[in-house]
Amino acid sequence: MPSSSLNRGRGLAVWLVFAALLFVLPLVLTSSLSLTLLSQVGYLIIVCLSYNMLLGQGGMLSFGQAVYTGLGSFMAVHAMNMAAQGGWPIPLVLIPLVGGLAGMGFAVLFGYVSTKKSGNTFAMITLGLGELVASMALMLPEFFGGEGGVSTNRVYGQPFFGFNFGPQIQVYYLIAVYCFICTALMYAFTQTPLGRLLNAVRDNAERVEFIGYNSQRIRYTAFIIAGFFAGVGGGLAAINFEIVTALDSISSVRSGGYLLFTFLGGAGSFFGPMIGAVLLVLSSVLLSGITKAWLLYLGLLFMLMVMYAPGGIAYLLQVNIKVMKLGRWWPLFPVYLFLALGSAIALLGFSILVEMIYHIQLDSALGPEMPFMGTVLNVDQAATWVGSVLILLIGIALLALGKRFFVKRWNLIQEQIQADGGMAA
Amino acid sequence: MNALELIDLHKRFGRTEIIRGANLAVKKGERVAIIGPNGAGKSTLFNLISGRFGPSSGQILLNGQPIQNKTPFEINRLGLARSFQVSNLFPKLSVFENLRCGVLWSLGYGYTFMRFLSGLKDANEKTEALLQELHLSHKRDVLAANLTYAEQRALEVGITIAGGAEVILLDEPTAGMSVTETSHFIDLIRSVTEGKTLLTVEHDMGVVFGLADKIAVLVYGEVLAFDTPDKVRANARVQEAYLGSVVADQQAQHATTHAGAH
Repeated sequence: MPSSSLNRGRGLAVWLVFAALLFVLPLVLTSSLSLTLLSQVGYLIIVCLSYNMLLGQGGMLSFGQAVYTGLGSFMAVHAMNMAAQGGWPIPLVLIPLVGGLAGMGFAVLFGYVSTKKSGNTFAMITLGLGELVASMALMLPEFFGGEGGVSTNRVYGQPFFGFNFGPQIQVYYLIAVYCFICTALMYAFTQTPLGRLLNAVRDNAERVEFIGYNSQRIRYTAFIIAGFFAGVGGGLAAINFEIVTALDSISSVRSGGYLLFTFLGGAGSFFGPMIGAVLLVLSSVLLSGITKAWLLYLGLLFMLMVMYAPGGIAYLLQVNIKVMKLGRWWPLFPVYLFLALGSAIALLGFSILVEMIYHIQLDSALGPEMPFMGTVLNVDQAATWVGSVLILLIGIALLALGKRFFVKRWNLIQEQIQADGGMAA
Repeated sequence: MNALELIDLHKRFGRTEIIRGANLAVKKGERVAIIGPNGAGKSTLFNLISGRFGPSSGQILLNGQPIQNKTPFEINRLGLARSFQVSNLFPKLSVFENLRCGVLWSLGYGYTFMRFLSGLKDANEKTEALLQELHLSHKRDVLAANLTYAEQRALEVGITIAGGAEVILLDEPTAGMSVTETSHFIDLIRSVTEGKTLLTVEHDMGVVFGLADKIAVLVYGEVLAFDTPDKVRANARVQEAYLGSVVADQQAQHATTHAGAH
C-alpha cells in the first residue's frame, strides 16, 4: 500500500535525522561543557527508554531501575579494572555489554520476584529490592568500594581503530553509537508480538490470560530486556565518569529521578523518555549550577505536569502537531504567548521568594544583599518581599485568565475539527 | 464425544456453596444456552470452566481431558475461549491490535520478540478477515476505549473467537443492547460461531429460544433440566422453578414499556 510505504519512508527519515544529530551535535556545540552534557544525555536516553519499557509500555511502576543501571556500572567498572590488569582481555567498546549482561542477570534474579505481581504490589517490591541492594552496597565495600566508590581508567589495552577513548569526544561517539543502536532495538521491540502483548498486559492483564498468554511471563521477559538496556546505560556511565559510587548510582533517589524524567518527557509515547533524558541532564547539570533550590523547582514542575499534562511533554507536542496538521493551530498561538507571559511573571515572583528564603537560610553571613538575575535584591527590605508576592500574584492571575482563554479556544477548535469531519485531537 | 462435560461440580466461597453438584454434557457443535434466575451461579460456572477459579470438587472435561486444575491460558490453548459480561478489552490499543493479540497464540507466535508484527502475514490477514466478519473494518484504527457500547460488545466476542477455539463461552453477550442491536448481534454470533460448540448465558428468552439447540436450566447451583427448547418449555419443574416467573416478569415489563410509550 502506498500509505504504508510513505510511513516507512517517513520512519526512515526520522532515524536518519536522529543519527545525523548524534553525529553533528558535538561538532556544532564544541565547548567542553556541552560535550559533557551530550555524553550524559546519550546514556540517559538508553536508561530512560529502558525504564519506559516497564512504565509506559508495560504499566509497571518500578521504583528500582537504578539497581540495574547501578549494578551494570559496577560490573563494568570491575571488568575494566580486570582488563587493565591483564585479567580478561575485554576491549573497552564491549564494556557496555558487560554492564548490559549484569543488568540482565540481576533482572533475571530480582524480576522473578517482582513480576509475580502487578500494580501496587509490583511497585512495593521494586521499592523494597531497591533499598535492599542499596544497603547491601554499604555492607560489601570490597565490591562497591564503600563511600568512595570504585574508580577506573578507561584508557587501557590496544587502541580500537586508532581510538584509545582518552579524549571525551571519543567517549561521546562511543556513547552515541550505543545510544543509536539501543534506541533502534528498543523501538523494534515495540513492533514485535511480545512488545504488543506487553501493551495488552498494561491495559488488561486478566484478559491476556484468556487469549493463551501467561501475563506474568510477559512482564518477566520485558523486565529482563529492560534490565539489559538499563545495564548498558550503566556501563556507559562508568566509562564516561571513570568512577562509580553506590551512593550516587544505586540509590532510590536515582531510581526516582529516572521515573520523574521519564514521566516528564512522556511515558505514553516511545520518544517521550528521550526528551526526559535531555531535561534530566539540563536540570541536574545546568539548573543545579544556577540555583541551590533546583530540586524545589523540579518538584514543582513535576507536580504541575502530573496535574495538568499527565501525558508529559511528548503528549503536548503530539496534540499540537495534530492540530497543526489540521490547519487549526494558529488561533492557539496568542493564547500560548499569553500563558508563557503569565508563567514567566509567576516564575519570576516565585523564584525571588524562594531565592530570598534560601539566601536567609544558607548565606545570611554574606549580608542582606543578594544577587538576582543581574540586579541586587535586599532581603531585609519589606518592599522586596511585598513586591515579589505581588509579582507572583499577578502571574497567577494571568495564568488563570490564560487558562480560561485556552479552554474556550481549544474546545472551539475541537468542534471545528469535528465539523471538518476529522477526529478530535 | 462430548466437547465439554461437567461432573458433580461444586464451588464454595467460604461457607456459601454457589455450585452444588452441577452435571452437564455438551456435544461437539451444540449451541447451549444456560438460563436461570439471578444468583443461580451462571457466571460462576463460566468462571470455573474457563479456569478463573478452581472448583472445590468435581471434574471438568474438555474433549475428554480434565481441565479443572489448569490456568486460564492453559485452558485457552486447549481450545476453549470465553467472553465477559462486562466488556474486558485492551482499551488503549486499536480495534485491530485488540483482535491481533487474540490471534497471535493460535498461530504459534508465542512470546517472540525476534519478528516484526508487520511481517506476520497470516496473523494480519486473519485479523483483517475478523474485522470484516465483525463489521468493524471502519473502526480498524480506533482505540477500543473510544468505541460505542455495541461495538465494544462485538469486539469482546471478536477477541474471544480470534484464537479459533472450538468451544466458545459467551457471558451475556447481548446485555445492555437495544432490541434491534440484539437481533443483529445474534445473527453475528450465529455466523462467527458456525460449526463450533457454543455455551452462552442469556437473559433474553427470545434470544435463548432463537439461538440455542439446547437449554440448560441452572437453579441454585444445579442443572435442573437440559434439553431442547421445546421440551424445556414444557417441563413442569422448570415452569415452576423459573420460566413461569421470567415470562410473567417479561410480560409485566412489556406492559409497562407499552404503557409508557402511549
